[in-house]
Amino acid sequence: MSGLRGWLSRLASERQADDAEPAGGPEPAGYPTVTSKGLPKFLAYLDTRPAPVLLDLGAFSGSNVTFFGQRLGGKVIIGDLFAELERHARESPAEELAAFLSKRFAREEASLDGVLLWDVCDYLSRPAAKALAAALVRALRPDGALLGFFGNASHVDIGCTRFIVEDDLHVRLRPHASALARQGGMQNRDIIRMFDGLRVSDSYLLQNGWREMLFRKGGGGRPII
Amino acid sequence: MWKRGEVERPPVSGREVTGAAPPVLPAVPSAPRVNAPETEAIRHMDKDAFNVGKSVVFKGELSGSEDLVVEGTVEGKVELREHILTVGSHGKIKAEVFAKIVIVLGEVVGNITASEKVELRESGSVDGDITAPRVGIAEGAHLRGSVDMQKKPVAAAAPSPAAKPEAKLAPLPAGAPAAGTQRAPGA
Repeated sequence: MSGLRGWLSRLASERQADDAEPAGGPEPAGYPTVTSKGLPKFLAYLDTRPAPVLLDLGAFSGSNVTFFGQRLGGKVIIGDLFAELERHARESPAEELAAFLSKRFAREEASLDGVLLWDVCDYLSRPAAKALAAALVRALRPDGALLGFFGNASHVDIGCTRFIVEDDLHVRLRPHASALARQGGMQNRDIIRMFDGLRVSDSYLLQNGWREMLFRKGGGGRPII
Repeated sequence: MWKRGEVERPPVSGREVTGAAPPVLPAVPSAPRVNAPETEAIRHMDKDAFNVGKSVVFKGELSGSEDLVVEGTVEGKVELREHILTVGSHGKIKAEVFAKIVIVLGEVVGNITASEKVELRESGSVDGDITAPRVGIAEGAHLRGSVDMQKKPVAAAAPSPAAKPEAKLAPLPAGAPAAGTQRAPGA
């Protein structure tokens, strides 16, 4: 009897979960989770915007789009950059990548409240990374925020990583198949130079070596909570 | 003479046409046609959902007041403001879409506006912007564009005056978004 009751209870909770998450579904456990320091600050800033426009750049994650959309109640622009970089690598010479990125992200000036730049720069040559950074700095509105994730030299051997946001604090790192290879970790000073026009608001070194850097555009911004 | 006239008028009923869909729709309508009679021929009596079959290509403006399942190709504009649009795994839509709920298992090129929610399933692909209070995207789905889940009511949520007279048995739009109610449980 108690077994039947337990089964019914499980069934009910499964159905409830189905209703709550119609298509995205919860992320299965088993991959490492990191506690982010920069993400809560980034979200706190976006919370101050009435209907923030966020550009999510990295390996596409449907659950992230749902999370940010519901969490912020704004617009999330998706740039599945890995898919586009793979396509570009197959079809075009590497020297054209910088021009491609400049054109691809030639958005209206000051049109973005926030940019999430997962570890994309780790896969780009310096000129390409610089072209992408310049396009993002231009598209960011004054006082806007950019949160970047960067690996270090020890991450060169690990494959591509998909960053799955679980909540305001936790990000699960899930490997995914990709033909792209990491270029090697950039020095902090190189990253800062690359985002010329932004100032570093916060910088963190996580336990597993990932670096989070939160940039703000302009000097007169309100302090991040 | 009498016999010849009889031959010229084949007895066609709706059900017979449904059973012989490919011969009846030999020339896919290339010109825009609204509520063309061919649409009756592809009706599948699957509950209350209207089904656009795999072999059908529809160009023009498609609107209605019942649920729709698209397994064929639709180009133009789709408006089902108080109903559910399902783009089946074989379905291809190249159109602006307005509906209460949109479920995508196939391919959509164009912007989607839903007053309640959009579900992009694993096999689904959307090349366009999605506007809805709730959006679910399965891992493996393809999306190129943006997702707008603003907490203000979606413009398309306003009931279409044209759809009202046909809204048989349609319940009140319970899914009409209200500010602050969009957050799904567990988010």
